[in-house]
Amino acid sequence: MSARVGVSATVGLRRTVAALLRKELLVELRTLQSVPGMSLFAVTTFVVFHFALNRNTVDGDLAAGILWVTLLFAAVLGVNRVFVADAEQGGFDGFLLAPVDRSAMLIAKVLTLLAYLVVLELVAVPAFALLLLGASLGPGLAELIATLALGDVGIAVIGTLVGALAVHTSARDLFGPLLALPLLVPIVIGGSRASSPLLSVTHSAGAQGRWLLTLGLYDLVFGLIAFALFDFLLED
Amino acid sequence: MYGKGLRSLSIATVAAMALALALVFFYAPLEAEEGFLQKIFYIHVPLAIVALCGFVIGGLLAIQHLRTRDPKWDFRSYVAIHMSLIFALGALITGSIWARGSWGHWWVWSEPTLVSFLIVFLLYATYQPLRFSIEDPERQSRYASVFAITAGAFVPLNFIAVRLSSAYLHPRVLGSASNLPGPMRLTFLVSLGAISLLFVTLCKYELAAKHTRAQVRALRRRLAGEGVELPRRGRSAAPSATTIAAGRSGA
Repeated sequence: MSARVGVSATVGLRRTVAALLRKELLVELRTLQSVPGMSLFAVTTFVVFHFALNRNTVDGDLAAGILWVTLLFAAVLGVNRVFVADAEQGGFDGFLLAPVDRSAMLIAKVLTLLAYLVVLELVAVPAFALLLLGASLGPGLAELIATLALGDVGIAVIGTLVGALAVHTSARDLFGPLLALPLLVPIVIGGSRASSPLLSVTHSAGAQGRWLLTLGLYDLVFGLIAFALFDFLLED
Repeated sequence: MYGKGLRSLSIATVAAMALALALVFFYAPLEAEEGFLQKIFYIHVPLAIVALCGFVIGGLLAIQHLRTRDPKWDFRSYVAIHMSLIFALGALITGSIWARGSWGHWWVWSEPTLVSFLIVFLLYATYQPLRFSIEDPERQSRYASVFAITAGAFVPLNFIAVRLSSAYLHPRVLGSASNLPGPMRLTFLVSLGAISLLFVTLCKYELAAKHTRAQVRALRRRLAGEGVELPRRGRSAAPSATTIAAGRSGA
């Protein structure tokens, strides 16, 4: 798409992404619209799970499931808001008027969501260990971080694509989750299978490599799909 | 434009369906363990295969739409996905009946194909509401195409992921056409052909009907004169009549 304005006129991709990312983070720091809400939601959900399951501690499969479902729903809250300001306050128009590569917006939004998710997990994972987890987090921590990181990339990429699709519909709060959840099922499969041995009391085995590989491949494929299709969501 | 050859296609479809059903009930041998129940396989599996192929074809047509910007591709993609959804619903229902008959439960989580199919179905179930909720017809078709391509790529990926997730495979009655005994394989292939023909015919009917309706609307508008708003009979998720009619003249 950048061919339209000529290569010489376009500002470098890296600079554009950096500027957009700075804007996003600045807006979030000033308004605090997404991240605190997502984190609070995750912690509240753990409390809800405690009462709904009537258990004081969980481990293994159940712990992995609770952790991933909570992170997923908290992430969807962020996905729903990620393009709202751009659609309502002319952010899209301003971006489209600038002679820059449109993929920059995709990359910047993915990085923004990724940053949100990292902060969310810095709050939610310790809270989970404190409130619900029966096993100790220590031995498998590095592997858990790797699994979460791979899952985050997938959630951020799919979330950006879905957020951009949903923001111009008349019921955007509804379409974000409806579109995102089925697309994120493979992430949940990979993430929860990889982390369930890490969260078990016996800590029987490490994360299985094939689940990390599945997550990585899924991230890659959806990254390419989003890169190919995102431009079409921006035209007007 | 879309009505050409519809009559002969319809006759061929009816004949193929009759032949397939005759083979299913009178030619294919009874399966040793499951008996008569296993015959649902000849309907269920072709329905599922055709629906999945239809979803992927919808994605390919959507790629064509984004490349050429011709609304007719979006129209075709819409019809392919719409029809695939109906076939997918049929596959889910027949699959559920089969599961109930052979395993005693209406739903079996250990059967990866059925589970992936449900996930794909849930994703595509949002296609029409998504179209419905975007007012501007040009944006609607563009966003629908982006959705169709993403979802089309998701179909095989999802099957791989769900298959990986089931540690053991449920003992499968008849996995694929390759390990079927001769008469069963012939019956299966004939049913697959018949159901595919049915899919194509129904798609052609829907294309012809929607296109004709759009043309009638355009003519009526011309008759009523410029600036006269015709009463609309409810909104639809389908590509708007004006874009379908305009797509023909390449506007």
